[in-house]
Amino acid sequence: MSRKRSDYRSTFYSRIENFVNGKEEFLLYKPSGNTEARQLEALEEELTEAADLLDKREAQQRLQDSTEPLDFLKKFHRLYGIIAAIICLTMMILLMSAVSWLPRFGNPSNPANNEVIKRYIEKGQEETGAVNIVTGLILNYRGFDTMGETHVLFIAASCVMILLLIAEGEEKKSSYAFDRYMEPKNDIIIQKAANFIVPVVFVFGIYVILNGHLSPGGGFSGGAIIGAGMIIHVSAFGFKKTGRFFNEHVYKVGKVSALCFYVCCLSYYFYMGAHGYDNHIPLGTPGNILSSGLILFINMFVGTEVACTMYAFYALFRKGGL
Amino acid sequence: MSFIENLVPLSIIICLGGGIACSAIKGHAARRLTIILLCAVTVMSACVLAYTLIIGHEFVYVMGRFPAPWGNELRAGCLEGLMALFFSIIMLLSIVGGIRGQNDDIAIDKMNLYFIMINLMMSSLLALVYTNDLFTAYVFVEINTMAACALIMIRNNGHTLVAATKYMIMSLLGSGLLLIGISMLYTITGQLLMPNIREAVSKLDASGEYAVPLTVVIGLISVALAIKSALYPFHSWLPEAYGYSTASSSAILSSLVSKGYIFLLIKIFYRVIGMDVMVDHKITNILFIFGIIGMIMGSVTAIRQSDIRHLIAYSSIAQIGYIYMGMGLGSTAGMVAALFHIMSHGATKSMLFIAQRGLVEVSRRSKNFSDLKGSGYRNKLAGFAFAVGAFSMVGVPLLSGFTSKVYFAEAAITAVHSKMWIAMITLAISTILNAIYFIRATISVYTPRNMDYRDPGYKPAQNSAISLVCFVVLNFFLGILSYPIAYTIQTGLKVFR
Repeated sequence: MSRKRSDYRSTFYSRIENFVNGKEEFLLYKPSGNTEARQLEALEEELTEAADLLDKREAQQRLQDSTEPLDFLKKFHRLYGIIAAIICLTMMILLMSAVSWLPRFGNPSNPANNEVIKRYIEKGQEETGAVNIVTGLILNYRGFDTMGETHVLFIAASCVMILLLIAEGEEKKSSYAFDRYMEPKNDIIIQKAANFIVPVVFVFGIYVILNGHLSPGGGFSGGAIIGAGMIIHVSAFGFKKTGRFFNEHVYKVGKVSALCFYVCCLSYYFYMGAHGYDNHIPLGTPGNILSSGLILFINMFVGTEVACTMYAFYALFRKGGL
Repeated sequence: MSFIENLVPLSIIICLGGGIACSAIKGHAARRLTIILLCAVTVMSACVLAYTLIIGHEFVYVMGRFPAPWGNELRAGCLEGLMALFFSIIMLLSIVGGIRGQNDDIAIDKMNLYFIMINLMMSSLLALVYTNDLFTAYVFVEINTMAACALIMIRNNGHTLVAATKYMIMSLLGSGLLLIGISMLYTITGQLLMPNIREAVSKLDASGEYAVPLTVVIGLISVALAIKSALYPFHSWLPEAYGYSTASSSAILSSLVSKGYIFLLIKIFYRVIGMDVMVDHKITNILFIFGIIGMIMGSVTAIRQSDIRHLIAYSSIAQIGYIYMGMGLGSTAGMVAALFHIMSHGATKSMLFIAQRGLVEVSRRSKNFSDLKGSGYRNKLAGFAFAVGAFSMVGVPLLSGFTSKVYFAEAAITAVHSKMWIAMITLAISTILNAIYFIRATISVYTPRNMDYRDPGYKPAQNSAISLVCFVVLNFFLGILSYPIAYTIQTGLKVFR
C-alpha cells in the first residue's frame, strides 16, 4: 500500500486531484503559506466529509463576506454606468457623423434612384395590376421577403404563447374567472360606445384590406384595424360574448388556413417564375376591385393572420389563453 | 432547368409549412412530423449538393415572376449545398437525441410550439445559406433570433427566462446594427442583390467616393454578426443560454444558430463587400485579434467551471474564437479552415450536449463533476460519446477537431509573419488549455464509483443512442475522410466570388 505524505493536502498534486473532482477552482486557488491558512484548510476538509454541515458553513461564510464585496459592487456599478454612457455617446457621435457623409436625401442622382426603382414606378401597375405600387412591390416583386415578414408575426405570437399560455387545470379556471379583476365589468358606457364603433371598425378594416391594391393600405394595416376592433369588443362585452364568433378554434383554423393558402399562392409564383411560364391568372383592369391577380387574395390572407395575431396578443396578456 | 433546382426553395417552404402545420396538431405528432420533414430536407440538401458538384457551377433560382434586381433570388453552389446538408443533419440528430430531455423539460401542451420554432429555425437557416439578397437575409435573421429565444425559454424556469432575456437584448442589438448597416449600404450602392452590391462597392472603393460610410458599414455588419455569434467580448449571453436550456436546444443553439450567422458573415465577406475590400479596411485584423483573445479567455473561464454544461458552453466561446481567427487570417486557406471548423465544431459540440444529458440522467440529475464521477460506467454509450467529443475538441488525431486544427496551422503558416507567430503560439496554448478542462472532465466521468446513483430500472434512451452513434461516426468521418469536405469547401469558395 502506498504511503501518503503527511502534508499531502497542501501539495500541488492534491490540488490537481481536487480540481479533477470538482472541489476546487484551479485558477482562483491561493497557495496557503502560513499555518493559519492550513488550519482553515484542514477545517474545510472535515467539512467536506459532513456535506450538510459544509452547506451551512458556506452560507455563513457568504453572510460574513457579503458586507465587503457590497462596497466593491457599488463602485463597480457607478463605473459601469459612466463607461456605458461614454460608449453610447461615442457610438452616437460616430453614427451621426457617418450619416452626414451619406448622399443627400431626395437628390435625383442618388445611387438608390436607379433602374430598380424606375421599373417599379414605370411598369409596376402594368406588370402586377396593382394601382398601389407599394402593394405590388411587397406582395409580387419581393413576395419572398414579405412571406418571411408574415412568418415573423406568426413566430412572435407563438413565442408569446410559450411565455403566457396557461395549461388546463385549476390555474386556468381561476385566471379565466378573474380576468376582469382590474377592469370595469359590464360598463354601460363602454358597451354602448362599442355597439356603435365595432361594426364601423370592422367594415373599415375589411375596406382597407380589399382596397389594398387600389389605395394606401393592405393586409398588414387592415388586419391591425380588425384586430383592434375585436379588442374593443372583448373589452366591452367580455370573452364569453366574443367567443361566440372568435374563439381558440376559429383562431387556429383562421391562422393556419390563411398562412397555408398564402404559402401556396407564393409557391405558385415561385414555380411559374423560375420556369419561365406565363402567368395564367388574369390581371384585370387596374382600378377595379377584382384585379391584380393573386394580390387581392394574398392581402386577405395577410389580413386574417395579422388580425388573429393582434387579438391573440391581447387575450394572452389578459388571461393567458384565447 | 433541372428538377433538382426546385429543391432549393422547396426545402425552405416545406419547413415554413411544417411550422404552420405544427401549430394545429398535438405535441408528439408535431415531433413526428418535424422529424419526417427534417429527413426530407436532409435528402433534398444532399441532392442539391450532388447536383452542384456534378454540374460544377452555381445556379440561381428566381423567386417570383420577376428576375433578380427587381424580385428575390436564391443561389446554390456546392458550398451552400454542403452547409445546408450539414445544418439539416445536425438539426435532425439533435432533435432525435434529445427526445427524452424534451419530454422532461417541456410542458406537454407547449410541445407543439417547440416544434414550430424548430421548423422555422430550420427554414431560416436554409434561407440564410441560400439567399442571394441582403434584405431577405435580414428578414430571416429576425425569424432566427425569435426562434432562438423561444428555444431557450421553452424550459420554463427562472434561469432560462433570465438567459432568454439576456440573449434577446444582445441579439436585438446585433439585429439593429445589422439593419443600420444594410440600410446605409443600400443608400450608398442602391442595390440589395449581393453580386450587384459587390459591383457597386468595388466601383466606390476604386473611386474613393463614400469612403467613410463604407468603412462604417463594414464595421457595423461585422460587429452585428459577431455579437450574434458570440465572439469573445460579446459572449455574455452565451453560458446561461447554453447552460440551462433543454439539451436539444443547447445543441441547436451552439452548433447551428451561431454558425448560421458566421456563414452569413463569410458570405458578406466574399459576395457583398469583397474579400480584398475587407482586408483593405483592416476589419479582418480586428476579428483576428478578438478571435485570439476569445480562444484564450474562453478556455481559461472553462477551466474554472465545476458544472459540465457551463464547461461545454465556455468551450464554445473558445471555438468561436478559432473560427474568427481563421477568418481573420484573410487568406483563402484561413477561410477553408474556418469553414471546416464550423462543421467540425458543430458536429462535436452538439454531440457533447446530447451525451452530457445522458450522463446527467444517471447522476441524480446533478451537473457537478463530483456527482458525475463514474457516470461513464453507468451510461456507457453516453460516456463513450462524451470522451470522443472531448478528445475531438482537444485535438486527438483521427477526430474532427484534430483535422481542423491542422487546417488552421497550415493556414497560419502561409499567413503574414506577425499573424503567423501569434496564431501558431495561441493555437498551441489554447490546445493545452482545452486539454486541461476536457481531460479533467473525461477523468471525472470515468472515475469508478458505485452504481446506486442510477435510478432502479433505468434504461438509456434508444433515440439518443442512435443519434450518439451517428454523431460519433460523423466525427470520425470528418477526422479521417476530411479531404472531400475540404475539397468541396475550396471549390465552393472559388465560385463564391
